[in-house]
Amino acid sequence: MPHRDIRLLTEPFNPGTLIGPFTQANPGLGGVCTFVGEVRFDEGVEALELTHYEPLTLPGMHELADRAFARFALMGLLMVHRVGVMRPGEPIVCVSAAALHRRDAIDAVDFCMDHLKSAAWFWKREKRAGEWHWIEPRQQDHSDLARWHTPRVGDT
Amino acid sequence: MAHHPRQRSIAVLAAPTGSAAVIRVVYLGKLADVAGKPVSEFASSSGDLDWPDLLALFDTHVREGLAAAVRDPRVKVALNGAVLADREALVARHGDEIALLPPVSGG
Repeated sequence: MPHRDIRLLTEPFNPGTLIGPFTQANPGLGGVCTFVGEVRFDEGVEALELTHYEPLTLPGMHELADRAFARFALMGLLMVHRVGVMRPGEPIVCVSAAALHRRDAIDAVDFCMDHLKSAAWFWKREKRAGEWHWIEPRQQDHSDLARWHTPRVGDT
Repeated sequence: MAHHPRQRSIAVLAAPTGSAAVIRVVYLGKLADVAGKPVSEFASSSGDLDWPDLLALFDTHVREGLAAAVRDPRVKVALNGAVLADREALVARHGDEIALLPPVSGG
């Protein structure tokens, strides 16, 4: 049974404390790849708020994990995402993959991050000069996702 | 598409009750700002609501401009936690929860 730890957190977290236990939970691994995303210090941004929808967001993260396990030879996958109000510098996401071989671990993390950023059920707004502004979808997210669409035979 | 109202009345509840005899509508992302609230509850004499019913209720009973915002084809609709392939085929009954999902934000 592959090790899987998928969580939504409403409070600040320390990604460092997740990685040790995750590595321990996957004895015999050949490599671990971990990505931690933090709220950027963008000019004028005082806070970032992520809203989620309980019936869709966590189940959607589990479906993403299913796809990562189906696509890559993984031993374990950790996917932790914050919701609520965050300040610049706070961790917002941590994805870690354990595998026998590095390529599977690295690619699985990249795959999960591209999908979390552009296809997971999160709505973001940022506070500038005391006012909240919703963040719209970006074209870059769609091209990030397109990297994972393998052309089928017959596609031009 | 013309909407032909059926013979029934629809009550709009001022404050969420948590009752099972209502249809809950959850507004996500900026739709909560457009609606002016995160959740509405409706009770229908027939016990159900469809997509045209909802759009008609939004402007008259929630806030003007909400129906137009929800008509944006990028807005998806979930019924009891399942995203509908065709939102216009929505039929919600008392006890159901509808979620209105604008496009998710980018990175």
